[in-house]
Amino acid sequence: MSAVTFERGAPGAAPARTQGYWGGVFRRLRRDKVALACAFILLAILLMAIFAPLVAPADPAKASILKRLLPIGSPGHLLGTDELGRDMLTRLIYGGRLSLLMGISPVVFALVIGSLLGIVAGFVGGRVNTAIMRTIDVFFAFPSVLLAVAISGALGAGIANALIALTIVFIPPIARVAESVTTQVRGLDFVEAARASGAGSWTIIRVHILGNVLGPIFVYATSLVSVSMILASGLSFLGLGTKPPDAEWGLMLNTLRTAIYTQPWVAALPGAMIFIVSIGFNLFSDGLRSAMDVQR
Amino acid sequence: MSAIAMPLLQVRELVKRFPLKGGMFARGGGVVHAVDGVSFGVDRGETLGIVGESGCGKSTTARLLVRLIDPDDGRVLLEGREIGHPGGMPVNEARRAMQMVFQDSFASLNPRLTVEASIAFGPRVHGVADADARGRAHDLLRKVGLEPGRFAARYPHELSGGQRQRVNIARALALAPQVVILDEAVSALDKSVEAQVLNLLLDLKADLGLTYIFISHDLNVVQYVSDRVMVMYLGKVVEIGPVGRIYADAAHPYTKALLSAMPTMDPAHRTQAPPLAGDPPNPIDPPSGCRFRTRCPFAEDLCAAREPVLGETEAGHRVACHMANAGSGHSKAPPLARAA
Repeated sequence: MSAVTFERGAPGAAPARTQGYWGGVFRRLRRDKVALACAFILLAILLMAIFAPLVAPADPAKASILKRLLPIGSPGHLLGTDELGRDMLTRLIYGGRLSLLMGISPVVFALVIGSLLGIVAGFVGGRVNTAIMRTIDVFFAFPSVLLAVAISGALGAGIANALIALTIVFIPPIARVAESVTTQVRGLDFVEAARASGAGSWTIIRVHILGNVLGPIFVYATSLVSVSMILASGLSFLGLGTKPPDAEWGLMLNTLRTAIYTQPWVAALPGAMIFIVSIGFNLFSDGLRSAMDVQR
Repeated sequence: MSAIAMPLLQVRELVKRFPLKGGMFARGGGVVHAVDGVSFGVDRGETLGIVGESGCGKSTTARLLVRLIDPDDGRVLLEGREIGHPGGMPVNEARRAMQMVFQDSFASLNPRLTVEASIAFGPRVHGVADADARGRAHDLLRKVGLEPGRFAARYPHELSGGQRQRVNIARALALAPQVVILDEAVSALDKSVEAQVLNLLLDLKADLGLTYIFISHDLNVVQYVSDRVMVMYLGKVVEIGPVGRIYADAAHPYTKALLSAMPTMDPAHRTQAPPLAGDPPNPIDPPSGCRFRTRCPFAEDLCAAREPVLGETEAGHRVACHMANAGSGHSKAPPLARAA
């Protein structure tokens, strides 16, 4: 097909092109080379993490004093070994499991809770809005890193507590975005028209608000995944997230820190993974944003 | 035509005030008198045009009628039953019987819904089965001149402004309303498209036996579609009457000023001077007595002291001006004898 097939105010003579909104978004996304490449890389990393036992060349916990801190490209250890002689490639693949879990799941939980709060605040307005949004503003007073450290420190170290801490950190920004988008949409005439046709609030939210609000919230949340991964790594680095035997990129970065002078390239590998995934999510969310942004 | 003497829609002393929000620490701000004691009636099958400057309360009146906002005072009766009053007509039933078409054709359609889904939404909400609602949507599309096979599955951004407004009209008709309120419904369209949509509206009215309330700032359009015209100024009705009377022989100085500002095709009759100077006064603190007196060339002391009532000068023609009311005391008022 030619480049421009999706234009506003199509002339009356155009044939019926019945393509859904998401169909259009998907088609535009497919034309975005950068976003597509990012999606591909992220998918590859995700699949490798999921199927780690099948993909990884070695046992992630098998240590060997003799093989400590081998350089990249050593025979049998493609990406070298860490300070306990464990295979880096294996640990990077296994580390993806926890790191992606800590990156994605807090954002998903926060997406559900934050959108709910934000949409209700935006749609109902008035005192309800004030109550919800001012409470959320309290959380905004703290820098997100500090808040995450404080909450998971208070709850105690561990993956579950770190997840809770990160979820709490991400609810306020998502709720804020949800509230502002909902307030905007609520003022449009089609919502008034829906109300004038006698529809109840939940029907209006379901049919008319959600579809117009979830897109921007989703795009924003996608960009938070990278932040979440970095924060999770930070928590692990501080000893508040994952515990030592487990493989997790932030924790690996922490333990390899001592080897930064002897094997700098090996020590940098977990950081590189975090970087790739964060950049991937950021660029993908940028692509998603522009793919969704055509009609206005 | 008039089997029953009672008008289809009766509006009595409708009042809406918007308190000014001054934030948490600035309580007791002013109150905007958006609609201040508006009364009128609309007969079955007629078109009532409402004209006035921006901010005079036209749109607020429309929104009050369909209860998008709640009135502070006053009553609205549809078929003699008071809306939202126990024993009267429930608000939801009234909403079904009175539908609205808005000015912005793009904002009034959900960009994520197909044309068909937008039109079928209302009936579905009222419990019409899915297939029936879709069938009704297709019928309505045909009625508004859009071939369902080509347009039903389209999204709003794939339509032109005129097509979108036709969809909005179809959507308003989907609940089989008795009264359709057209709030500047054709104002945003090109002149040629506007004419097509106007004619469509007139055809639909004849076909379906509709009653229109037609709100516009375009006096030519109002003259073309209306049977009667109501002129509003600062939340009040200043004049109401048959379209011929209003356009030929307006009694209120504000109406005269509005009409003299109407663009004319005849170069010999172009207006020379702006007939009305300045903006309308602040609705937070309207002038005492007659609200128009600050811009009225005939204002006298009386106008500041006493508010003119909406008095009937002739059958069906009512004017809120001391000059039109016999015995009001205004120097230009007709002698009292005529009234008796």
